[in-house]
Amino acid sequence: MNTLLLIIALLAMTTLAYHVGRKRALASVGGNGHLLHSLPSYHGAYVALWCILPAAIIVFFWLSSENAIINSMMVSSLSLEQQDLSTAEINLILSEIRNIASGAIRSTNIDETKLALADRYGELQFLSTAGLIVVTMGIGAMGLLYSRRFIAPRFRARRWVERMVMGLLIACSIIAILTTIGIVLSLLFEASRFFTKVSPIEFLFGLHWSPQTALRADQVGSTGAFGAVPVFAGTLLITIIAMIVAVPIGLLSAIYMAEYATPHFRSVVKPLLEILAGVPTVVYGFFAALTVGPFIRDLGESVGLNVASESALAAGLVMGIMIIPFVSSLSDDVINAVPQSLRDGAFAMGATKSETIRQIIIPAALPGIVGSILLAVSRAIGETMIVVMAAGLSANFTANPFEAVTTVTVQIVTLLVGDQEFDSAKTLAAFALGLILFIVTLILNVIALTVVRKYREKYD
Amino acid sequence: MTDAAALLASKRPDLSRARINRRYAAEKRFRLYGLIAIGAAMLMLAILLSTIVAKGYSAFLQTHIALDVTFDQSVIDPEGTRNPQTLARADYRGISREAVRDTFPEVTGRRDTRNLYKLFSTDLEFEVMRMVLADPALIGTTKRVWVKSAADIDMLSKGYINRDLPQADRRVNDQALGWYDKLDAEGRVSRLFNTTFFTTADSREPEQAGILGALVGSALTLLVTLVIVFPVGVSAAVYLEEFAPKNKWTDLIEVNINNLAAVPSIVFGLLGLAVFLNFFGLPRSAPLVGGLVLALMTLPTIIIAGRSALKAVPPSIREAALGVGASHMQTVTHHVLPLAMPGMLTGTIIGMAQALGETAPLLMIGMVAFIVDIPGSITDAATVLPVQIYLWADAPERAFVERTSAAILVLLAFLIAMNLAAILLRKKFERRW
Repeated sequence: MNTLLLIIALLAMTTLAYHVGRKRALASVGGNGHLLHSLPSYHGAYVALWCILPAAIIVFFWLSSENAIINSMMVSSLSLEQQDLSTAEINLILSEIRNIASGAIRSTNIDETKLALADRYGELQFLSTAGLIVVTMGIGAMGLLYSRRFIAPRFRARRWVERMVMGLLIACSIIAILTTIGIVLSLLFEASRFFTKVSPIEFLFGLHWSPQTALRADQVGSTGAFGAVPVFAGTLLITIIAMIVAVPIGLLSAIYMAEYATPHFRSVVKPLLEILAGVPTVVYGFFAALTVGPFIRDLGESVGLNVASESALAAGLVMGIMIIPFVSSLSDDVINAVPQSLRDGAFAMGATKSETIRQIIIPAALPGIVGSILLAVSRAIGETMIVVMAAGLSANFTANPFEAVTTVTVQIVTLLVGDQEFDSAKTLAAFALGLILFIVTLILNVIALTVVRKYREKYD
Repeated sequence: MTDAAALLASKRPDLSRARINRRYAAEKRFRLYGLIAIGAAMLMLAILLSTIVAKGYSAFLQTHIALDVTFDQSVIDPEGTRNPQTLARADYRGISREAVRDTFPEVTGRRDTRNLYKLFSTDLEFEVMRMVLADPALIGTTKRVWVKSAADIDMLSKGYINRDLPQADRRVNDQALGWYDKLDAEGRVSRLFNTTFFTTADSREPEQAGILGALVGSALTLLVTLVIVFPVGVSAAVYLEEFAPKNKWTDLIEVNINNLAAVPSIVFGLLGLAVFLNFFGLPRSAPLVGGLVLALMTLPTIIIAGRSALKAVPPSIREAALGVGASHMQTVTHHVLPLAMPGMLTGTIIGMAQALGETAPLLMIGMVAFIVDIPGSITDAATVLPVQIYLWADAPERAFVERTSAAILVLLAFLIAMNLAAILLRKKFERRW
């Protein structure tokens, strides 16, 4: 709430700065705008940018470091024996203090030291907010006053404004790179902490996955084994089933749409196919868990097969349906990019349409088609909700599609939803799995995108 | 000559006709395969949508039971001040239970009456309270009002409970069944529009669970996403398309954006967990963090759409602007960007639709909590519609199945509306140069 008010105040000040700059520019030439190097509005924008940019940067850094600083100050004001506790316990105490301060806990018998700490917490927060407001508005006003001095008839305000805007545009494009760096660093950092507890060899090649670590030493059935091969195998099994569904259907529909369909047919069917891609994955998950799963189980029972109700088949099948439009629309583009001269050549030799497609177009479009299938595979590997809702949790090492298997994404979700302690191998294992997932999909994507790009260039 | 040819033909049978027939048959078969593939895809879409509609439509109606409630002045407002605070504190449990007992005068005994109350939602007393608060004129009268039944009775009324099963296998026992049939015969059972579903947040009791909390959470999350992703996406697209020099750096940015678009969404959730929650210490389960994560996830989509919209603006526009003395920046902001804006907005709406349907990254940052309050700001704990669907899909009660499907229908309605808006926008502003 305070932040919102601050932003509004800052925007108001910026508007003021704009008018100050404009007025001053006009005044400097006695109202004859044509004597100025730049339009008055550029002088205004110059002052406004000087007012808001430094202040906005301050707000951003202040808000993002506020919590960490207040927390460390709170920790240092805890008693000495409390400071020796584990991070998790300290966090517990801190969150209790926060709750007391915010009034969420209104019990009468809170002990004195905690009440004092809560008061101190409230005080620190107030100081921080007040400091932020004073510093931000001060910096804004300083920027206004500083830049205002530059305004003169010969001042090249437009050039300066354009330079600053260009800087902003570049900063925005760099956010995409920062995201990638953020992903890589955070995954690497947490995964490396995991690999100090579990050796990478055991993780990558171990055959037993049971991440529930024991809370007590005598607990049964919680060995905490982190051999991820069964998880990878489950992912592979479900992906293969999905591709068996999606590739033939997607490819054949793409061929029909590109080569046979009338424009009218295309204009009706293509959006319908794209609906399949637009349906949220949680809807597919619900469909797989409540309709397809039980249906396959009953079907299996009726022919005497023992099918788990969370079988790999159900999840793979539904995932295949979801993937169809990815295969079909990409392949459609690729087939359309094959030059008409190749078709004409084949027709001139007397080939029928299907012969042309099978012997000329598909071979010519093959690299692009392979690229689109690779992209679909990467999509299937990274798909989460369908498998979370329809596939199992137990890591069976099997190739039987009627049994329940688990996947990388399912394990990430189960390991991270609920209580987390960031010093247990169980939680960190999710980041190791995430790292593997990221690397595998990245490799697939890079190969696919390069193949498709090369292919496009060939026929352009 | 012709004789000779005829002779030759009679000696060596002409195989070309059969071969051509075979080739044409192959052609027809191939064409058919294509049609079958499209038909299969359409069939699956139809099955998907029809099962969800079939499971979900009944949730828009909720079984209500008529009760003759005596709004006793001496119980509700003994001093007659009509002060809302006094009204809110009255003994509505007593009033509503008395009305229930009056409906079944023949039922006596503690256990039986307690079972009788179970025909109704546990929300009963609060329903009566809300009626009084909304219309204090009720006090002192006796009125027949419609109140929600319990979820099991709702299921029975909608025909989801098989009466032929033995009592032990049924959620509704024979006694309750008898009471229900009696009410039904008296015309005291009716299925009315389920307003609760649209006006409350999550609840453990199916008949009190609604999607408003999740809808507000989704709206707040999308608001954060939009505020971040639109300016950043447009700026990045403008820079990369209009200003960036062709060099290694911009190549890297371009490859990077294309790859980012194909990174699994759950990885963005891991990023959010590690960076926003653990490093920056932002609150868990908050729309603020959800919006940030979804913004990073949709950013590549919006940049790619924005760039293709900018590409579609013909170079002649730029040349004309430059020719009359506009600076490069003026050319872009005054001429190119306004012309590309409809395309960029279309891309943004599609990106927002993608963000609205996304679940997995939000699970990572703790938006799966059970939240009964409607969030009021972007730092409150909240959940979003797809996550609500995920949570309900896990709930064991039969009544949650129809509510899950109904929530899916609402989600799909929003997605369809957003995509339609995008299509209309494109149709309206599409320009062929």
